[in-house]
Amino acid sequence: MSKDNEILEEFTSKEYEHGWSVNYEADEAPVGLNEDIIRWISSKKEEPQWLLDWRLKAFRHWEKMEEPTWPNVSYPKIDYQSLRYYSAPKQKSKPKSIDEIDPELLKIYERLGISLNEQKRLQGIAVDAVLDSVSVGTTFKDTLSKLGVVFCSFSEAVKEHPELVKKYLGSVVPATDNYFAALNSAVFSDGSFCYIPKGVRCPMELSTYFRINAANTGQFERTLIIAEDKSYVSYLEGCTAPQRDENQLHAAVVEIYAAENAEVKYSTVQNWFPGDKNGKGGIYNFVTKRGICAGDYSKISWTQVETGSAVTWKYPSCILKGDHSIGEFYSVAVTNNYQQADTGTKMIHIGKNTKSRIVSKGISAGKSQNSYRGQVQIMKRAVNARNFSQCDSLLMGNNCGAHTFPYIDIHNSTAQVEHEATTSKIGEDQIFYCNQRGIDSEDAVALIVNGYAKEVLNQLPMEFAVEAQKLLALTLEGSVG
Amino acid sequence: MLSIKNLHASVEGTAILNGINLEIKPGEVHAIMGPNGSGKSTLASVLAGREEYEVTAGEVTFKGKDLLDLSPEDRAREGVFLAFQYPVEIPGVSSTNFLRTAVNQVREYRGQEPLDAVKFLSLMKEKMKLVEIDQKLLSRALNEGFSGGEKKKNEIFQMAVLEPTLSILDETDSGLDIDALKVVANGVNQLKSKDNATIVVTHYQRLLDYIVPDYVHVLFNGRIVKSGTKALALELEEKGYDWIKDEVAGTAV
Ligand SMILES: Nc1ncnc2c1ncn2[C@@H]1O[C@H](COP(=O)(O)OP(=O)(O)OP(=O)(O)O)[C@@H](O)[C@H]1O
Ligand SMILES: [Mg+2]
Repeated sequence: MSKDNEILEEFTSKEYEHGWSVNYEADEAPVGLNEDIIRWISSKKEEPQWLLDWRLKAFRHWEKMEEPTWPNVSYPKIDYQSLRYYSAPKQKSKPKSIDEIDPELLKIYERLGISLNEQKRLQGIAVDAVLDSVSVGTTFKDTLSKLGVVFCSFSEAVKEHPELVKKYLGSVVPATDNYFAALNSAVFSDGSFCYIPKGVRCPMELSTYFRINAANTGQFERTLIIAEDKSYVSYLEGCTAPQRDENQLHAAVVEIYAAENAEVKYSTVQNWFPGDKNGKGGIYNFVTKRGICAGDYSKISWTQVETGSAVTWKYPSCILKGDHSIGEFYSVAVTNNYQQADTGTKMIHIGKNTKSRIVSKGISAGKSQNSYRGQVQIMKRAVNARNFSQCDSLLMGNNCGAHTFPYIDIHNSTAQVEHEATTSKIGEDQIFYCNQRGIDSEDAVALIVNGYAKEVLNQLPMEFAVEAQKLLALTLEGSVG
Repeated sequence: MLSIKNLHASVEGTAILNGINLEIKPGEVHAIMGPNGSGKSTLASVLAGREEYEVTAGEVTFKGKDLLDLSPEDRAREGVFLAFQYPVEIPGVSSTNFLRTAVNQVREYRGQEPLDAVKFLSLMKEKMKLVEIDQKLLSRALNEGFSGGEKKKNEIFQMAVLEPTLSILDETDSGLDIDALKVVANGVNQLKSKDNATIVVTHYQRLLDYIVPDYVHVLFNGRIVKSGTKALALELEEKGYDWIKDEVAGTAV
């Protein structure tokens, strides 16, 4: 036991790798939140009137809403008036190509291991990088535009493709959907926009990296993905933040629209700063992600590897409206130290012969709390709907908690819904077995955990899978016990 | 190579090993027999460094080093291998991935370059032949859903890949059918050299027909109460343990 504690001490004291911040000149909104701030943001972004109206409507609604208390997480009350809602790195003029981006900003991304330089680019991945509130650059634009694929920052989309933005913005996650979605709708600053035209199979992974750099700033990005008939796209999202003592708020919204026969794969590797080992600092990650399988035979799959954040509140969901449409949710959520995660999914079956599959793997260590919350709803019209859910929890040590809250709501008697759940502890005999073959405890844990999470990791694109494996190991370092 | 002197060990306050003395030289095969609960697996676990077992007295040197001072993984890297009586299952981790991690950590400890995928696979192939293990088994998750015999075979396969100096086989023969027993014994014999040694823990003299021991020891109540040659194993097979228990009782009075 004493040895375990030593290992624990030694490794939990390891620093969060991305915990640095850079000083750059920023364009900032005044602290606080009111209609003027929203007007300020909107005019800063040179937005059309309809968008400002949309924001204001969301804000007025938000003011009447209560912050949700049902998640199994606790955190001190957030003072929304003490936050800054917009911070943008000052750039002399809007960069027309990657070469014109401020080298300081490029350096930030290079330190994250993300190269925006197309010569040295991540192989076959188009990247949109978002720093604090705004997108600083998107790679591979030309290659994509030849196919008619639009992949750009949200602000740019508002300017270049207003008809698309107007049509789809808020169509999957209404501005009034929930407390954090309403807040985001009022103040969102930037994000990524992606449009795949009819019949196009996007030839490369599209990827967005989000980073919060400025202190005391909330990051509110908005992602909108539209996949037309018979199109396909795989989209990746990665996130980091510097290490700070105060908590930082991140409240994003992601909307996905899949038309007939379209398929969208959305993968996230979330590595926001989790707070230090005493639970100080860290990101509050309150995210609304939802996709609609609007057309028949469409498919949306969410894959997430959640390793960071102090508090996570996140339920990527699918509305299966088209007949024969398919929704999938694959999740690994790891919590260590004082992290709290309440995450899961909603599968709403509306169309006939719709199918959903949920695979959730929770891993808790330290004094953390890890909850799975999932809802499967089968509506009246959803003849022959099927759902399979598998929710596993893995505990490391005796001070952490794992909780499962499955809600099943069936209005059609032809539905087949299966739910399986297991809870296990990482076995000392498993670790000893590895030790006896020459593998140290830390690598043993990594091996065992990656084995446990394999079904989910297998869903990730190759480059992400490798990164995710490393992150899992890193998050759990020293939690043997 | 291995020298155990007056080894005492306990679990949760209960003394289980009560003064073990044993000398093992390179090239030797020692069989350890003894009734259920006499402490055979405990001895193996103590040598491998399992934490729950507290060494209360005595010393163990291995290749001149204080073995008890080393972490379990360093003992393994120094060349101690334990074929477990009850191998554990590790879901989702393929045998190949597991073994590659093991081999490369051992190599790193010894200051050798890690094996790349190609070299590692050819090593696997060679050893697979040696213990006649099915490739399909190795692509599955480690020991998960393996039959009792398959698990034991997999232990010997791992031993073959890791090429230890001291192998401790804890009842590797139980659960093996007669053909598998021959295959496993054959594997162990082929891996034998003048530089390595083997401790075979078994209840059945049958195994010793295939892996011929230089010495046979009887463990009882945490002590080696009798040592001899292969003839002793035959005698035990015929007469059971009662006569030894009587002898021990006689000397104890
Ligand atoms: N963790 C433990 N807690 C309590 N008692 C234990 C523990 N481990 C072993 N023992 C006890 O120590 C004694 C020796 O056990 P051990 O497994 O070494 O026997 P063995 O000689 O290998 O027996 P077998 O032939 O049945 O395998 C047994 O009485 C056993 O119950
Ligand atoms: Mg035993």
